[in-house]
Amino acid sequence: MTQPTRPPAPVRLTAAHASLGGRPVLRGVDLTVAPGEVVALLGGNGSGKSTTVRSVIGAVPLTGGERELFGVPGARFRDWHRIGYVPQRTTAAGGVPATVREVVATGRLAQHGLLPFRRRDKAAVARALEAVGMLDRAGDGVADLSGGQQQRVLIARALVGEPELLIMDEPMAGVDLASQRVLADTLRRQVARGAAVLLVLHELGPLEPLIDRAVVLNEGRVRQDGPPAAPDHVHPHADRTQGLFA
Amino acid sequence: MTDMFSLLFMQRALLAALLVGVTAPSIGIYLVQRRQALMGDGIGHVALTGIGLGLFFQTSPVWMAVVVCVAAAVVMELVRSRGNQSGDIALAMLFYGGMACGRLLVSKAPGASGAGGSLDSYLWGSILAMEDSDVVTIAALGAVVLAVTLGLRRQLFAVCQDEEFAKVTGLPVRLLNLLLAVMAAVTVTVAMRVVGVLLVSALMVVPVAAAQLLTRSFRATQALAVAIGVLVSVGGVVTSYQADVPPGSAIVLLAIACFAVFTVLAAPLARRRYRDPAAVTGTELPIPVQSGAAAGSGGGKGLAQ
Repeated sequence: MTQPTRPPAPVRLTAAHASLGGRPVLRGVDLTVAPGEVVALLGGNGSGKSTTVRSVIGAVPLTGGERELFGVPGARFRDWHRIGYVPQRTTAAGGVPATVREVVATGRLAQHGLLPFRRRDKAAVARALEAVGMLDRAGDGVADLSGGQQQRVLIARALVGEPELLIMDEPMAGVDLASQRVLADTLRRQVARGAAVLLVLHELGPLEPLIDRAVVLNEGRVRQDGPPAAPDHVHPHADRTQGLFA
Repeated sequence: MTDMFSLLFMQRALLAALLVGVTAPSIGIYLVQRRQALMGDGIGHVALTGIGLGLFFQTSPVWMAVVVCVAAAVVMELVRSRGNQSGDIALAMLFYGGMACGRLLVSKAPGASGAGGSLDSYLWGSILAMEDSDVVTIAALGAVVLAVTLGLRRQLFAVCQDEEFAKVTGLPVRLLNLLLAVMAAVTVTVAMRVVGVLLVSALMVVPVAAAQLLTRSFRATQALAVAIGVLVSVGGVVTSYQADVPPGSAIVLLAIACFAVFTVLAAPLARRRYRDPAAVTGTELPIPVQSGAAAGSGGGKGLAQ
């Protein structure tokens, strides 16, 4: 805000603390995602990766520290159309049948809110489905799709608003190889478009060439922050995370 | 058969059944989507306290039930959104307390002879007990419920499908959840004169369960569920008149029969549906190639097609 010439960072967490059910999960996480930057959050189970992204979007309240989205304090942030979110999930289906198109259309609510869904929203849904190679399945029930295809639907749902920041929680988990390639292609196009990306990953895998910076979490703290292929020191849990940089 | 339609009380009952048949499934679908199918049941239990209060103070039991049910639904929503583990027990207390309190109040209500025939009409529905003012109340409340459930279909669908995602779209999720709970409460009170508080939830859930056996989209499920709701409600009231049985029982048994028929119909349909994706899955491998090409040509390939 004080430097109007430089756009503010889409994500900035400063000394973030958060608890789940009274148990501290984040113990002072500093995390910044610059405009157009692709940041991977890595770490073992229980290291606080998912809690970090969920606190970025406000789903987990911070008990300490600060959160800013596009230079605006989290509590006052309203420009939700600038963010596309892909939650960690095993299924896109709810208790009632829904088509691929219906699920993806919910991603457009950031644009039309409580107003009616219009033709341009419909066109955006078709574009997002095309981007993940699911346009031919638009009328099918999401429950009838494979895990990888459901993940592609959830990514289309996040892309439908053409966000400036894409937040994805383990997008590659339980996804077949074909869908992984589609996801990597989709992500590449989003990065080329200039979107910033914050990704939670279990391992870098096929996305590695896209990633500018890897942040490794351990027990709710940042253990390492740097280019993905060059770990600058060996830490006590290297045996668990080193393989990620191979 | 035709003289049935010339009777004033039957005209009222049929009109009410029509309204209830439309309203109950149109809100019930959101509860089923959120896997809260039994919420209507809980509200129905609490509605009894409202009826008890109405009979005890000799005011309108329906409006008293609206007030009590809305309060209970708000409490239920707050318990749900907190997501804490003792919430389950808290809800159990609310339901049992509501039922017990209702029966207690009815037993002390002035002019209640014995166990109270009027209580029975609230428990199982009644086609004879309906008055003009009841039909007007049902129509007014039903219109509000429909305006919300159809007018905010996309918003409520998003909230019930994936609440966390809905928050990130900037929707007023807490407000929509409360609105949904309040509408469910209003629907229970609207439907209770026709099907009775003990079976009110069935009319919110069974038509949806039956419809989704045959549908793929949320929109079609809602439309078909409403059609089933109208069919069984009107059919149930007619059966109630012809066979002299409580309308609630007739309506719910008809709905379950509908579910059974659809289950039989759905089996060959599901087989065909599973064959369809299999045919498309065969093309799954070329998809990355396609989208790679789309990326190469600036992603415009699909739009040009």
